[in-house]
Formats: sequence, C-alpha cells, structure tokens
Amino acid sequence: MPVTIPQTKYAGKVREVTIGATRAEGGTRSRTVTVGGETTLPFLLHEGEMPHPPAVAVEICDRRPADWSPLLYEAWGEAVNDPATWARAAEAAGADLVLLHLTGPVQRADGSTPTAQEARQAVRRVLEATGLPLLVFGPGIADLDNELLVAVAEEAAGERLVLGVCEDKNYRTLVAAALAHGHLVDGRTPMDVNLAKQLMILIRDMGLPLERVLMDPSTGALGYGIEYGYSVMERLRLAALNGDAMTQQPMLVTPGEEAWRLKEAKVGDGGVPAAWGDWAERAITWEVLTATTLLHAGADVVCLRHPASVAEVKAVIARLMAGGKDGK
Amino acid sequence: MPLSGLDIYKLLPGGQKPPHPKANCKECGFPTCLAFAMKLAAKQAELSACKYVSPEAAARLSDAAAPPIRLITLSANGHKLEVGNETVLHRHEKTFYHPPGLFVRVNDGDGLERVRAVAEQVSRYVVDYVGMPLSLDGLAVAYTSGDPEQYAEAVAAVCKAGKKMLILMAQDVAALRAALAAAAGRTPLIYAATADNWQALAEVAKAARVPLAVRAPDGNLEALANLTAQIAAAGVEDLVLDPGARGFGDSLLALTAIRRLALKQNLRSLGYPVITFPGEGASNSCQEAALAGQHIAKYAGYIVLDHFTPATAYALLVLRTNIYTDPQKPIQVEPGLYPIHNPGPDAPLMVTTNFSITYFSVRNELESSGRPGWLLVADAEGMSVLTAWAAGKFDAERIAKAVKESSAASKVAHRRLIIPGHVAVLMGELEEELPGWTIHVGPREAVDLPGFLKAAW
Repeated sequence: MPVTIPQTKYAGKVREVTIGATRAEGGTRSRTVTVGGETTLPFLLHEGEMPHPPAVAVEICDRRPADWSPLLYEAWGEAVNDPATWARAAEAAGADLVLLHLTGPVQRADGSTPTAQEARQAVRRVLEATGLPLLVFGPGIADLDNELLVAVAEEAAGERLVLGVCEDKNYRTLVAAALAHGHLVDGRTPMDVNLAKQLMILIRDMGLPLERVLMDPSTGALGYGIEYGYSVMERLRLAALNGDAMTQQPMLVTPGEEAWRLKEAKVGDGGVPAAWGDWAERAITWEVLTATTLLHAGADVVCLRHPASVAEVKAVIARLMAGGKDGK
Repeated sequence: MPLSGLDIYKLLPGGQKPPHPKANCKECGFPTCLAFAMKLAAKQAELSACKYVSPEAAARLSDAAAPPIRLITLSANGHKLEVGNETVLHRHEKTFYHPPGLFVRVNDGDGLERVRAVAEQVSRYVVDYVGMPLSLDGLAVAYTSGDPEQYAEAVAAVCKAGKKMLILMAQDVAALRAALAAAAGRTPLIYAATADNWQALAEVAKAARVPLAVRAPDGNLEALANLTAQIAAAGVEDLVLDPGARGFGDSLLALTAIRRLALKQNLRSLGYPVITFPGEGASNSCQEAALAGQHIAKYAGYIVLDHFTPATAYALLVLRTNIYTDPQKPIQVEPGLYPIHNPGPDAPLMVTTNFSITYFSVRNELESSGRPGWLLVADAEGMSVLTAWAAGKFDAERIAKAVKESSAASKVAHRRLIIPGHVAVLMGELEEELPGWTIHVGPREAVDLPGFLKAAW
C-alpha cells in the first residue's frame, strides 16, 4: 500500500529580521545575521522553507559578573575581566552574535551602579573587538535599563543592535531609542501568547517596523518551567504560520541565563545529591538540552553562556538543517 | 477517527433502512437507538448492551473505537510500562499521556561483569525532582556474542540486577528463546523483525505473547507499513516501529510523519509507538542527550541510550516529566516552609504561592543570591500570585493560615513577613490576621528579590 508523507502547507510566514549593519549599511559589522523567514514548523524542511538557520548568541558582560557559576569563570578564564577580550573569545567559540549584558548593582561585586558613560565605553570596546552583530541587554532594572540603553543606542547609532529587554514597563523608551538610532528591540513578555501579541502591537504602533523586532516569550529552564515556554512558543509559531500577523516575529530565548542560575549549574559535587552526577557534565547538558528543546519549538536566536554548549548546540543546528539527509 | 453519534446510529438496528425488526427495542436500557448511539459516542455505554447489532457493524464500531496509536505494555515484576495511545501532535492541544520508556543498551558480548555492572547502576538509579522519584525504565540487551547461552546468561544477570523492563535485541531465534526463558515472568519487547526475518520472529513473539519491534531501512515508511501489515495479519498485533532514521533531521521528519499519519489519516499500519536509538546518530554523549531530548518532545515511545551517566539521566528524566505534564494540571508544590541555604532564626521569611513556576522563580532567585532564607509556600490551589489573589486563593486569611500551620513561628526569632509586591494591598488586613507580626511588601517580580533583600533586610 502506498504511503504518502503528509505535508502541511501554511499560508503564513515568519518575518525576516536582520541584526547588525555593515559599513555599506551604516554600521561597522563585518557581517550581518538574518533570522526568521520560516514557512513551516521547525526543521520540517520537506514541507516548507527555513531559509536561515537559528543563530547562537554568546552572552558576555561589561565587567566580571559576581554571580556566575564557577564553571563559567573556569571556561572563559581571564576574558571575563574585559568585555573586548571576552567578545573575541566568544567569537572564537563559534558565536554568530554577541550578547553584551550590562551588569547592575546586583551583579556587581562592589554593588556599584553603572553609568551611561561606562555603558557607552563597554559597547564601543566590544564593537571594536568583534565584527559580529551585537545584542545589548541592560541590568534588568527598568529605570537603569532606560538610562543605559538610550546612551548605548546613541553611541552605536546605525549598528542595528538588538536592545533589550523591552517589556511593557519600558517599551516606550527603548523603542524610541531604537527608532532614533537605527536599532532593533527584543520584546519580552512572561510566557503568554496574548501578552506577546499585545507587546508586538504596542511596539508597531510606535512606528518601529516589525522587521526590527524579535519576540522573546521568556524562557523557563529545563525542570523550571520549560514546558510553559515550549508550549507558548509552539502556539505562537503555529499562529504565525496560520497567518496571525502579530505573532510572525523570529523568537529569541535565553537558555544560557536560565540554566546557569540554577542550583544544578551553580553548586558543585558534594553540595548536591549524588544522583545529579558530574557537575560540569550536568550543567552543560542542562544548558544544551534547554536550548535544543526550545529550538524544536521555534527558537530563532538562542543565547548561551558556556563555550562547550555553543559547540554542541551549533552541531545540533547544523544537523537539523540537513533535514532528511541528516543521518544518511 | 472517532465516529459521531449519528454515524454510530446508522450502524444500529434503529438506523437501518428498512428498519430492523428490533429497532428501538429499549433492551439496552435507553429509550431509542439514537439515544444509545449518543451515549456510545460519548463513551458512556458499551456496545455489548445491544444484542441485535450485525457482526459487520460491530466490527466497524470496535475498529473506530480503537485508539489511533496502539497501547503497548511491557511488564516486569508486577510493574508495567505503557506507551502509545497518544491523541495529539502538540501537547497544548490536550496533553501527552504515556511518557516514553528510557532504556540503556548493554551488549552480551562485552562480558557478564560489564553487563551486570551497568544493569545494577541503571536499576539502582533514582533522582528526586520536586518530590517525585524519577528513574529509568529498563535495559536493552543486545545479542553480540553469537552464543545463545551467553545471551541468556546476560539477560538473567540483568533480571537479577533489578526490576526493570527488558528489550531483547536479537534476531536469532535460538538466542531469543533462551533469553525469553531466562526472563520468565516479564514481558519484554523483541527487537527487531525485518523484511528478511519477520516470519520467524513473529512466531517467537506470538508464542511468548510479547510485543515485537519492526524495522525498515532509512526512514522508508512505506516498507515499514507493508511489513507491519503482514506481521499483524500473521497474528502479532502488539508492534513497535523503528523507521530506521538515526540523525537529528531525518528522525524528526520520520517521527513527525508517523504521528501525523496515525492521528490524521488513521493509518493503522503505522499506528504503533516508535523506538529510537539516539546514540547511533550522535558523535558524543551530549549529542546523544540532545537527540534523546528531541525524541522525548517529538513522539518516541521507547528511547534506547548507549551511554548512561547520572548527569544526562537526570536531565532527560526531568525533560520527560516536563513535556508530559498535563498543561491543564500544572505541577503544584507541596505547601509548607522551605529552608534555603540553611537559614537561621534571623533569616528573612517570605511567602509565595504553590504554583510550581512561581515557587521555582522565587527559589531560584534566593538560591542564586546565596542568601539564606525561609520560603513559606501557601496553598493557593496551584495558581500564580496575581491569579490566586484575583480568585481569592491568596488572601490575608490564607496567608495567615499558612503562617500558623507551618513551623515558621518557631523557626524564626523575628516576626517579620515579606509578601509579594503584587499583593501589597493585603498588608493591613494581614497585620490584623497576624497580631504581633510586621508585614513587609517585597518586590513584584522574583528577579528583584536579591536586590530587595540586600537593601531591606
């Protein structure tokens, strides 16, 4: 009996979003990264297009963060003390994008508050150190984020940075900064399809073209809510393919940040049950599995922290992009 | 494809043209055949209550009632592992019901010592996740020695090591018979029948009344469907599919196609659970875990790993639990007082709800802050802070009750309670409910807790 492989055809398409600008485009990046454009569910390449592989962003900080796992300090070595060195190390580790996280008083050992001048300087140094497109996230305190990111947007005018995270409480300031200086935003909402759509509408209504918006549905790490993020992403992507224009954005997720703040990643052998196994293996597997699971739900940009995870996740992406030819 | 009440009605005596002599006889206990049909469609009645339905109609009805993906059961020492019976492509549409069995492969050719060591390690492994003990399901014993006796010894050693399920990976009839005898009392899965050997293996599976896996090469689903149809016709109905795809890309395509064909096109010959071997398509154990992760999310029924380490087992068991959690019934945390970082009597006391994600968000922030604290989890019926507050499940009365019913008052020397910023409005009422306590309004978001504690405690 003949068996025909079912092919679902969708009317909708995810928007293509290009991060970074080359000299010819008004920036200084040596290359740009385009994500999105899918006309099918993740990696079902026999029934639709997935013109761009998902991109891996490697997260670095403007100065040594006080609260990271010892395993990450070990992996990056001296690089964590200087954002320019760290950016070069991230590029060497295989990053497609660099995510510069500006530290705030909570992440800083001395509890100091960063100034706009420091933020400008950090972004300038990273832009000079690497030709990769850049994402810049604030410390996560709304007022401080606004102050720092507005300065960053001005400093890096024309570079098509992704400014984040842009939430309902601060989207006006960040979107205005992106509009004024030619950047993009990462629009984050807490694991809810309707809230995600609503924020996209608010951002669009301010006049920022949706070709400059990433949709960030929030990430729960493996064991800490991944199933909520996973299903919200599947629903958003299905809605996008079925023609809902306000969900047709490429999705950014932060499995690195989520996985590395857990006890699973932070606490070494001795402090945890023996059944948790080897510390480094557990922590890296946690980050990789969180990322690859979310790739299957439609993630277009995954932000990671450990260089070993970057290599593993990139290998998985390459094999998924080979479609039916993989494994042959 | 389930039949509607009207479809069923047309198959009952009352729906026949010309009418059956026993139309609407009421003997089934319902006033009309139509009423009975509606109850059947709602699965609130059994067809056996009608004595007059024709055998052909009965066959059609029972066929339509069969699940699109057959439920396959393995057993060992009174435990069961059921997989199959899934009804949706995406968990948000309803839920995924039967988590895939996680197995570890051992080769009898590696020697009895090695087999025993792995079997004992796998059998003993258990890890706690939010109060649930998670463990692997079994061992797959591969016949690599070429000696049926050695194979049977290996299977016996695995049985002796614990109470786990078995997959017998052998195509040699003598080896299988010896292994089945060594595994008496269990229902293992035999792996695998192919186009070349299916008659012999079907006979073994039929005689032993055990399920049989069927393998076709290179993701060729047509070959696979033809093979299962032949084997089912030969009398072995409990089948498991191996589409032969081994990589990330081809596995996803093959398993997605099988799930869609079974659910959307009701293709019976592919309406069985799928077995996968992520180690065969991976270059290292981390890639193996990632591919096993794909198989957990995307449609495997049995996953056979080649590497066992506690770290990867822990991650995969948690992922399986997460993906197979019913989206309608979020995991709740047991209400009570949770110590973080060995808190003393002066450590801060914070209250939140028992929605697992709320709890985890707060716990994670406290843990990553490195500061000791007492986290009091109130019974808010599994809702997040704002939802529970709006529904009256996280009000002053409930919070006060949580404080009184827990050992909080004896664990802390102070009388200060931090409440989530979203329920700041409860402050006055709470101070009335808890005389002698000072209520502090914390941040709205968990992420701001470390900063809040640094500044305010």
